Amino acid sequence: MSVIGVAREAYEAALPALSASLVGGLIAGVVLGGMEAELRAVPGLLVAVPALLATRGNVYGSLGARLSTGLHQGLIEPYVDAGDPRLRGAAAAALVNGLLACAVAAVAVFLILTALGDTVAPLSTLVAISLLSGLLSGIALTAVVVVVVFTGYRRGHDPDSLVGPVVTTTGDVFGVAFLLLSVRLVLAAGGGG
Amino acid sequence: MTADWSVRGITRAMLPVLLVMTMVEVGSGLVLGGFEAQLYQYPTLLVLVPVTIGTAGNLGSILASRLSTAFHLGTFAFEPTDETLAGNAVATVALAVTLFPVVGAGAWLLRLLLGGVQLTVGTVVWISLLSGVVLAVLAVVLTILATYGAYRFGLDPDDVVIPVVTNTCDVLGVVVLFAVVQVTL
Repeated sequence: MSVIGVAREAYEAALPALSASLVGGLIAGVVLGGMEAELRAVPGLLVAVPALLATRGNVYGSLGARLSTGLHQGLIEPYVDAGDPRLRGAAAAALVNGLLACAVAAVAVFLILTALGDTVAPLSTLVAISLLSGLLSGIALTAVVVVVVFTGYRRGHDPDSLVGPVVTTTGDVFGVAFLLLSVRLVLAAGGGG
Repeated sequence: MTADWSVRGITRAMLPVLLVMTMVEVGSGLVLGGFEAQLYQYPTLLVLVPVTIGTAGNLGSILASRLSTAFHLGTFAFEPTDETLAGNAVATVALAVTLFPVVGAGAWLLRLLLGGVQLTVGTVVWISLLSGVVLAVLAVVLTILATYGAYRFGLDPDDVVIPVVTNTCDVLGVVVLFAVVQVTL
């Protein structure tokens, strides 16, 4: 194939998924753009935002890839069965690892900003916000990933090509939306700096 | 992918890379924190942040997975004249040129609807387009280097290149956006 042929094929294959995640990214951006008051109220939270959002993609993208592989290998059935030990293991591992990464990000941001002499919210506030938002978005994303992968597979789609765009799109939206909810809840509970 | 589906087994495979990537993302957050004042002054820029870093990471991960597949199929050579390499590089830049003006216009329009635009639509589209093209070029260079590195060290590019490229593009997304804002405003 010529260079132009390869380029056209690659361009057309990528455009729909990228456009979908673009919409998700813009919605997430609008929520983030409207969070100025919360971001100002919790100094250091803005620094944690990329890590918190990326964790969604890294952890739940990996959960989706694992479920796709498991379906292809016949290790799991494409039906939601809460008693299936493999499905439970994969979902629980995603949640545990996601929460660990959120906690590590919050602690790292606190330590680095403190070392730099910047203003930063109390450690407990940052950790509480990142764990709560990690938990809420983790539950929502697990549900989305499981349903999309299983439904897609039952309808004859390759779940591998569904997982990436779905996780990046919903991950950004849920990530920012639950971050906003978590900041409000933690501030209301008296965790303000 | 391991056949071990226990929480412990999955964690052992996932956690080390996840924590390294989390620290890389904290680095990106520190850059973001560095232009906090401008982000609060022009909230349209804050709207651009998730979509810019997300699209940059997606461009990198799509290119990485296409090169990995071509590499596994043996249809790919590390030469500037290779059609797969050149074609995919061209497509990545073309996708950036198509999508980033839409990102800029979308961000501006959404802020307008919510009642708070300080920057002109031309400025926001320009910031978005320039960031996007620079990011696409960086994503191409980074993906080729990472795929070549994986190949030289005998690693499976699927395991290594996609996480490295996606997360590095996240950081570069913030750095490039910051640099373009400094030059433009």
